Amino acid sequence: MRAVDAVMECLKAEGVEVVFGLPGGANLPTYDAFYDAGIRHILVRHEAGGGHAAEGYAKATGKAGVALATSGPGATNVITPITDAMMDSVPTVFITGQVRTELLGTDGFQEADTIGISMPVVKHSFLIQHPLEIPRAIHEAFHIARTGRPGPVLVDIPQDLSRADIQYEPVNDVRLPGYQPTTEGNTKQIRQAAKALAAARRPVIYAGGGVINANGAPELTEFCLADRFPVTCTVMGLGAFPAPHEQWLGMLGMHGTRAANYAMDEADLICAVGARFDDRITGKLSEFAPRAKFIHIDIDPAEISKNVPAHIPIVGDAKNILAKLVAEYRALEFDSSRLDEWWTRIGGWRKKYPLRYEDSTDNEIKPQYMIQALYEATGGEAIVTSDVGQHQMWAAQYFHFSKPRRWINSGGLGTMGFGLPAAMGAQVGCPDQLVCCIAGDGSVQMNMQELATCAQEKIPIKVFIMNNGYLGMVRQWQELFWDKRYSQVDMGDFPDYLKLAEAYGATGLRFTDKRTLVSDMKDALATEGPVLVDVRVTREENTYPMIPAGQPAREMVG
Amino acid sequence: MGEPGTKELLSLEELEAAGGLRTGRKHLLSILVENKPGVLTRIAGLFARRGFNIDTLTVGPTDDDRVSRITLTLDGALHPIDQVTKQLHKLVNVIKIRDLEPDDTVSRELALFKVSVDGNQRGEVMQICEIFRGKVVDVTKRSLIVEITGTTDKVEAFERMVRPFGLIEMMRTGEIAISRGRGET
Repeated sequence: MRAVDAVMECLKAEGVEVVFGLPGGANLPTYDAFYDAGIRHILVRHEAGGGHAAEGYAKATGKAGVALATSGPGATNVITPITDAMMDSVPTVFITGQVRTELLGTDGFQEADTIGISMPVVKHSFLIQHPLEIPRAIHEAFHIARTGRPGPVLVDIPQDLSRADIQYEPVNDVRLPGYQPTTEGNTKQIRQAAKALAAARRPVIYAGGGVINANGAPELTEFCLADRFPVTCTVMGLGAFPAPHEQWLGMLGMHGTRAANYAMDEADLICAVGARFDDRITGKLSEFAPRAKFIHIDIDPAEISKNVPAHIPIVGDAKNILAKLVAEYRALEFDSSRLDEWWTRIGGWRKKYPLRYEDSTDNEIKPQYMIQALYEATGGEAIVTSDVGQHQMWAAQYFHFSKPRRWINSGGLGTMGFGLPAAMGAQVGCPDQLVCCIAGDGSVQMNMQELATCAQEKIPIKVFIMNNGYLGMVRQWQELFWDKRYSQVDMGDFPDYLKLAEAYGATGLRFTDKRTLVSDMKDALATEGPVLVDVRVTREENTYPMIPAGQPAREMVG
Repeated sequence: MGEPGTKELLSLEELEAAGGLRTGRKHLLSILVENKPGVLTRIAGLFARRGFNIDTLTVGPTDDDRVSRITLTLDGALHPIDQVTKQLHKLVNVIKIRDLEPDDTVSRELALFKVSVDGNQRGEVMQICEIFRGKVVDVTKRSLIVEITGTTDKVEAFERMVRPFGLIEMMRTGEIAISRGRGET
């Protein structure tokens, strides 16, 4: 069979139900194979949209997302989603077309050194040099993307090799001598961690996206409830612990709650699970959690002691380790009342510094209220994606995520334009669930074109644009730190989202009145097909609280 | 150091102080990799990203033709080097990495020196060459080519000795290294 037909067989063998892509010259053979392969293909309008859709699909379902692009500009267009998937550890496989082998390195039409360009931002990549390598490369790509710390894997297939006639034999073994992720976790270390936790008087559990990737949310919850451990999550970890809850401190980090950040600051023991001490968490690194010892659980040994030295490192899968940790912890004698004083202190912060904002006295919709209204309108029962900026932080603060894989955003790379295509991918993966995108008016325009894909494929996502006519987060920083010199952040009243939605074949709505917002939102959610809602909010509202850049947590403002 | 978002003006001195990765001791890394295209680029890329300058680099086959050995030397403080080796471990094609301790390692490099000599200097250079157990591999009326094998220190000592005579050219392979004792490197 043709090598491209073997690619289809590989995809089926890997359980791929859907791929997102856009054809071009170099992957014409692949698209010919799609014609009758029986794999759902969603024709995106821009390869970046396809890449983010694959990410959204992967994050919502836990399965590997697949995106296709042609050579040259098609391939360079997926570099942003690839980088995004690398930063947020999203299991994805990208298959790109490449020019014929005789044209490689000659600056041929639509030639780009895809492998070279993508090298720093992939978990691994395969440049196919012989057609017989193709099946094994595809299977290895899926294996690498899904296992260990998940990530993007790229397979670049020259056009002529993809037309070769090959004998296809299913590949059942993957031989990768240099790739053997540790999953189990050292028993001795786990026991030591349990002992340290039982002795700690001011512990905090700090969980990240790794818990969700490992499907370890139930184990995390069980572990936190085994004692009265206070728990906080990163923006990637929201949903790993069921919020709201009496042990839930809220998100931590630059726009986290004071309770979470102050608890980290005063903790004597921090147990990090699947989190990587990003600069948005630590603030000024030299003054981060100065009294704490650290237990660090991570599948990736390179994360251990990268930013903060770990006293008890445990390398392995978070689900496995948490399950063992609970068992070890329960076997110990511990006295939960040792935490009374700690909870009193935390309770004081919670009472004194709840998340708050000054609501409008008229009909004006405050952006924070917009999130609360959506939470109310959905009853919290929705997958929520977001773009990047103020709206993302407000969504993370005010929408409580009680389950994993409900909150899908671009945390590490901070990619504007992520939300809408990610919602599309999530909806394709979870057709029975309500999928909402909370977008910024700056971000949404970066991948707006996928609304056409949603209309054509009847993908009924509900997009709520938090429209303040600004690149809001940049405006906030210019206001606070650059003397209000607003430079290139005013986006005015453009475009007209109602007309745009209509042009794309979606329903366009505009909400301006807070008194009817919840019921208006319910109506929008009940509308069939893709819906684009232009929610007009206060123009100049700041996201608080906030750790000013480069400052320690206790210097939070707002 | 300030964040990009803050207004604080940075002096060049502060910027230089913040980038201080390059002080430390010499490291000799021995990396076993799959013999596949692009592996060297992936490895070199990781060092470049962290701002390390690779001093020497050798790549060659091993007793197993599916596997190659990369030996490289660089200067760096322990923590950042440790970070890079952890990142190297994450490369799928990298099988094994060792940061070799000088005391437990036999290392050698090969160097070729083209030295300018006239009649009476030739003898003197050949004498130095003998002391260093070098080999004269080419002779003309006005030049000699000497082959020296040894540790980096030895090669550099030889260089110092012959430079006054007129060093036309010098080529060095960079070190290869193997651990002492019966265990594998």
